[in-house]
Amino acid sequence: MAEILKVNNLITQFKTESGIVKAVNDVSYYINEQEIIGLVGESGCGKSVSQLSVMQLINAPGKITGGEIIFEGQNLLKYKQHSPEMRSIRGARIAMIFQEPMTSLNPVLTIGQQLTEMLVLHLKMSNEDARKRAIQLMGMVGIPAAEGRIDDYPHNFSGGMRQRVMIAMGLSCDPRILIADEPTTALDVTTQAQLLEMMKDMVQRFRASLVIVTHNLGVVARYAERIYIMYAGRIVESGTTKDIFSKPRHPYTMGLLKCIPRLDEEEGRKLVPIEGLPPNLINMPTTCAFLPRCSWKIERCYKDPWPELTPVNDNHFIRCYADTKEKKSEPG
Amino acid sequence: MNQDNLILDVKDLKMYFPVVRGLLRRKVADVKAVDGVTFKLMRDETLGLVGESGCGKTTIGRCIIGLYRATGGQILFEDEDITSMSEKKLREVRRNIALIFQDPYSSLDPRQSAGGIVGEPLKIHNMALNKGEYKDRVEQLLRIVGLDPSMVDRFPHEFSGGQRQRIGVARALACDPSLIICDEPISALDVSIQAQIINLLEELQDSVKGLSYLFIAHDLSVVRHISDRVAVMYLGHIMEICKSRVLYENPLHPYTRALLSAIPIADPFVEETRERIILKGEVPSPLNPPPGCPFHPRCFMAIPECSQAVPPLRTISDGHEVACIRA
Amino acid sequence: MPDKIATGIVENGMAETAPRVSEWRRFRRVFLSRGLVFFGMVVILVFIFVAITAQWIAPYDPYKPDYTAILQNPSSSHWLGTDAIGRDTLSRIIYGTRTSLVIGLIVVFFACTIGITLGTIAGFFGGWIYIIIMRFIDALMSFPMILLALVIAALLGGGMKNVIISLSIALMPGYARLMCGQVLSVKQNDYILAERSMGASNLRMMLRHVVPNCISPIIVQITMMLGATILAEAGLSFLGIGITPPTAAWGSMVSDAREYLMVMPILSFAPGMALMLVVFAFNMVGDGLRDALDPRLRGIL
Repeated sequence: MAEILKVNNLITQFKTESGIVKAVNDVSYYINEQEIIGLVGESGCGKSVSQLSVMQLINAPGKITGGEIIFEGQNLLKYKQHSPEMRSIRGARIAMIFQEPMTSLNPVLTIGQQLTEMLVLHLKMSNEDARKRAIQLMGMVGIPAAEGRIDDYPHNFSGGMRQRVMIAMGLSCDPRILIADEPTTALDVTTQAQLLEMMKDMVQRFRASLVIVTHNLGVVARYAERIYIMYAGRIVESGTTKDIFSKPRHPYTMGLLKCIPRLDEEEGRKLVPIEGLPPNLINMPTTCAFLPRCSWKIERCYKDPWPELTPVNDNHFIRCYADTKEKKSEPG
Repeated sequence: MNQDNLILDVKDLKMYFPVVRGLLRRKVADVKAVDGVTFKLMRDETLGLVGESGCGKTTIGRCIIGLYRATGGQILFEDEDITSMSEKKLREVRRNIALIFQDPYSSLDPRQSAGGIVGEPLKIHNMALNKGEYKDRVEQLLRIVGLDPSMVDRFPHEFSGGQRQRIGVARALACDPSLIICDEPISALDVSIQAQIINLLEELQDSVKGLSYLFIAHDLSVVRHISDRVAVMYLGHIMEICKSRVLYENPLHPYTRALLSAIPIADPFVEETRERIILKGEVPSPLNPPPGCPFHPRCFMAIPECSQAVPPLRTISDGHEVACIRA
Repeated sequence: MPDKIATGIVENGMAETAPRVSEWRRFRRVFLSRGLVFFGMVVILVFIFVAITAQWIAPYDPYKPDYTAILQNPSSSHWLGTDAIGRDTLSRIIYGTRTSLVIGLIVVFFACTIGITLGTIAGFFGGWIYIIIMRFIDALMSFPMILLALVIAALLGGGMKNVIISLSIALMPGYARLMCGQVLSVKQNDYILAERSMGASNLRMMLRHVVPNCISPIIVQITMMLGATILAEAGLSFLGIGITPPTAAWGSMVSDAREYLMVMPILSFAPGMALMLVVFAFNMVGDGLRDALDPRLRGIL
């Protein structure tokens, strides 16, 4: 399978009064054609900002200050945010779905108007064709009686239905990559399952790739083929889903897996929380940002800068100095 | 079950919210948020109440603390009926029932210091005899929830989400309640912080004798982790109630099965082999619930009889009740 | 006190916190960062100083006619000239400052006390209480503020006391409306629900939690309204149903000078400038306060 997107050493910063926030700090990842990857981390770890950077949707005071984003062989960062090249890619070749289905649709336009807009704009369809295609798309994403609902306004739709509309919009121009930023977090559990399942089917049908940005480890365990774990603006571990869940090697990943309750856990299992708080992204230390919360730290961690991503086997990388493989159980 | 240890006995609780129209505020319909719910809660026990938004779980919590006046049924808290209590008596009972909220940002008064928030219940119920005692108690409470007592003068915006939730827990503990209603206490927090709060709640229950939790949440894995028993709700009804261990191993209600299958487990190997039940459609409006079993229009096991009558909770085995004629 | 809770519970290592953010320092920084706001603040302070020290700094008695110096142009003895009966314009403006500020402060005090009380009660209790109070407020608001004041002042007659009464009634609905809206939104917060769930009384909830959290926009409104009140008072005085002569008031000064607009424009221009400056200053400061007190900006700026 060929790489469709490759991000190299991406840096995105926000200038604030109290200092520069390095929201995304030297992030590199890739996605293959028709692959589903997961980008996992807690709020403020830079997972969303990294995706907005790929779409060049970063506005002042934010700025992409370094790296390259290679999509289908061309570096997107060569293009200006509002250049025609970027506009023809954004929303059409790479589409994005956001968390808030309530606010991502324009309340004064009908669903049909918003869906056909994309088709007319990017695919130069006639209004009639666009409408037909829109109805077809709505049916595909599981909106019942699409023909009767295309002229409804967003407020006539429930949260789950709106998110389906967003997915239909995302898919309307036959994108190569669909980025779903916490697509189901605001929705109910059974609706989440419906939507994720549908999204998976859709990207397969459209032969697109899917990036799932989430804090939910369960979701990526179910759907993603490869996973990137982010912490404080950097990727700290990456690998295939099975490797990461069965042989996590970064202390943060291991901590995450120990601190979430599992449906199938044995009775009396104690959660092991990760103590402390995520770091403030202003004035970050040059050493590993996870160090204050880490239970594997060794002397070297205090002296040397944040480690580079180093392979532990093919396709499995961690940013850590400690030899987390040696001891099976949690130390000390 | 030993009746002496009963702390809360909810019998056929109904809570309808009238929908009013027009200038004369004529009632045109009822939103049946809770429609005939029965359960018991023992001392030292944690009962999980789980369901999707609009299933009435939050409403039940608020009925128990008397914030809503129930439309029907009884809520016996320590053998006294909350539904028929005077406002004055109710205020006194609230000393023994505390509420922990979902949103750590809106549940703390931004203009009150951490100490003031935690000490508020003491002041309301005149529980501190003098300034010194009050101060000691507030500092003790902060220490119990793992906050540095020197932060007593800080304001909510100076704390992180998890720390604010700790303040909320300390406030709930102030009057030594015998029941704490936790309404989605961790769903607004980050993953790594959630475990801290869960553990705090568990440790508190271990160290305080006679403290019961009603743990309301939408995330079944969290509810199952912390609860002794779990009640699964759908559209104002309890669908299934059983020990939390049994819930995953032997769910009987089709809705419970669907809910379980909808929650992914953070383990790709387990995920490969799991049953996936994808429900059709969406939760109907409680304004116009379907006849019979509320779940039957989406149920993959439904038969025509399901739309005839609301199935009652029936006991399958010790402590396992289910409201389904096909189970 | 019963104490079921043991003290020895495991501490969860939560000692680390973000550094203390001083609310007051943030307020000062945002508030004074804009030049215009600072300028407005200085103007207001100067006017307040002038109002307090009027009898010492005014060069002449503002009420004593001097028929030897009628309608004089600005000169070194009369900086802003004299009016038709020889009173010194500058002295009258200085004393007028006192009239304007005193009326402004008293009116705003009454209007906002009554308005806040009504608005809080209406918003907090809702239901019929809300309907009765707010319909009454709506009825008052259906008249333009100045027209309402005009009608009441015309009915009561001129004079300081009646101007204060009429302007207070005219301004009160604005505060009630604003407060009611604030209370309705603050009431939605979980901390009010938390108070209720703890068994707090309505009075405690209202006074200790609802009102303090509603007060920032009211402070902004008070500041802005001070300017508007002063303007309204000047309007009434200009129309002759406000402050009665010979009391020095900017509005009546402009009105008196109307006849000499062509020959002695400074006579109406000078009090008009003072009025404009004060109203502008209060608006600027109000604007600055809004930015500084906006809770949405808290922690960002």
